[in-house]
Amino acid sequence: MLTPLESEALLISLRVAGVAVGAILVPGVAVAWLLARFEFPGKSLLDGLVHLPLVLPPVVVGYLLLVTLGRNGVIGQWLQAWFHFSLPFSWQGAALAGGVMAFPLLVRAVRLSLEAVDPGLEAAARTLGANRLRVLMTITLPLALPGIITGAVLAFARALSEFGATMTFASNIPGETRTLPLALYSLIQMPGSEAAAARLCAISIVVAMISLMASEALARRTRRRMAPRDR
Amino acid sequence: MLELDVTRQLGDLTLAASLTAPEQGVTALFGESGSGKTSLLRLMAGLDRPDRGVIRLDGETLVDTGRGVWVPPHRRRLGVVFQEARLFPHYRVRGNLRYALHASMQGEFERIVALLGIGHLLDRMPGSLSGGEARRVSIGRALLSGPRLLLMDEPLTGLDGARKQELLDYIARLAREVEIPIIFVSHDTDELMAVATRLALVEQGRIIASGELDDMLARLDLSDQLGGFEASSRLHAVLGQPEPDHRLIRAQLADGQQLLLPADAGAPGEAIALRIRVRDVALALEAPRHTSFRNLLAATIEAHDAERERPTVELTLRIGSERLRSRVTRHAFDELGLCRGQAVVAMIRSVSLSTSGRAQRQDVMD
Repeated sequence: MLTPLESEALLISLRVAGVAVGAILVPGVAVAWLLARFEFPGKSLLDGLVHLPLVLPPVVVGYLLLVTLGRNGVIGQWLQAWFHFSLPFSWQGAALAGGVMAFPLLVRAVRLSLEAVDPGLEAAARTLGANRLRVLMTITLPLALPGIITGAVLAFARALSEFGATMTFASNIPGETRTLPLALYSLIQMPGSEAAAARLCAISIVVAMISLMASEALARRTRRRMAPRDR
Repeated sequence: MLELDVTRQLGDLTLAASLTAPEQGVTALFGESGSGKTSLLRLMAGLDRPDRGVIRLDGETLVDTGRGVWVPPHRRRLGVVFQEARLFPHYRVRGNLRYALHASMQGEFERIVALLGIGHLLDRMPGSLSGGEARRVSIGRALLSGPRLLLMDEPLTGLDGARKQELLDYIARLAREVEIPIIFVSHDTDELMAVATRLALVEQGRIIASGELDDMLARLDLSDQLGGFEASSRLHAVLGQPEPDHRLIRAQLADGQQLLLPADAGAPGEAIALRIRVRDVALALEAPRHTSFRNLLAATIEAHDAERERPTVELTLRIGSERLRSRVTRHAFDELGLCRGQAVVAMIRSVSLSTSGRAQRQDVMD
């Protein structure tokens, strides 16, 4: 059904987006929790920093990643020297670029759902002997779960569709960093491959739709678990 | 024993309260909305910090701003029942009850569940409970955490008459059967009379008076706070011989005088508390001969506030060792020539009963 080129791009895309979401899920929820529940100096700075990828041109983000994590970058040099590991031009680099771009979407969705959790329930749990960590794990996060799922899927879709930062930081290497959007871009550059480009376009739409529907179903199931069912 | 002496600025209101609550019984924090009752309770629970002050429970310092002591809420072992039930919506009732089940309460689970009548709700989700049911589960959850002190913040708010009465009955029974001191925040005299043993009056962020409920009810200087239309005092009695012909039962006061109550007031030998509204106590200089009043008590005027220029006069009557409040018009007061130390007859029109079976019930008792 899929040509080898298409399935290769699809698999890279899924892997890149999956790893990206997996990597930012815990820090994303943690930052959302900080922003939703605490007042601290530098809060608006952190808030701004988190949202930066949303408003910056993706190429700028890719360039910044290159400057810091590239082979001659501040951190990249160090990674190379100690771990003989470099991020640019690798699929891990593409995942990082996707993760950074998806981070604000994840944080926004999770923060909204955390803010919707009644602080009164958390206070009640505290008086019942639960420390902050237990309150977070047993009350706050379970109640925010539908929002966390939505946020994760949004982030997955964003990482899947990431182009500019990936192109700049990880380049467009077939079999390594050539994700669906990059493959589509390459096809558009080549005269006479309109049909192949249309097929890739259709695949992208199908993948996006499936992930959105899956998230909706998951969120609904989670919400139903808490709803009254035996009135 | 709870000892508290705190100050906290809350916008325009300065909370500056000191209070001592004993190891046993129900202490009501009573005052108008906005007087700072709930804020005081939050300070005790550790949900807010006082600007200055000390809170001690059973000798353990929970807060001492001077010495920098702060015990976080989850280490205080206080049970809090909030105005709203605050059940965790994603746990079943059983899960809510077990959320904080303390090792010492493991064997008490069945008893508490039975005491609150929530056994049939265990497998339900909180979203499907009625207001009264949810409050009961919430009380059970707090009790099962093995608290040293139970804080209840107007737990009857928002319930309709019958549900309110039902929950009040449960709380009254709880107060008798569970040996945990309770702080009960309320602005409702009915609730107060039904469950409290001690009373602390809160006004403008201060505790203006506190003491045993019956003593507080007898104080004329607190008439403004406790003296509304529903103002009452209490008499204690033991039920005696039934009078089946008239569907009545006799109740004997400590000084030997008797009252006639409806036959279903309780069983012979049962101790009861009678709540008597000040407006239901009329006075006469001698017992009238032809009257529909059945309950006439010989009493002595202990105090009155006739010096306050008002259309009604508040009186405290002594009946043996107990005190009964009455309110008469200034016109009647002057015409009868009432004064301190004078012997009068108190005519009681109706009482509310407070027995072990139920918190209270209104009975007209001509």
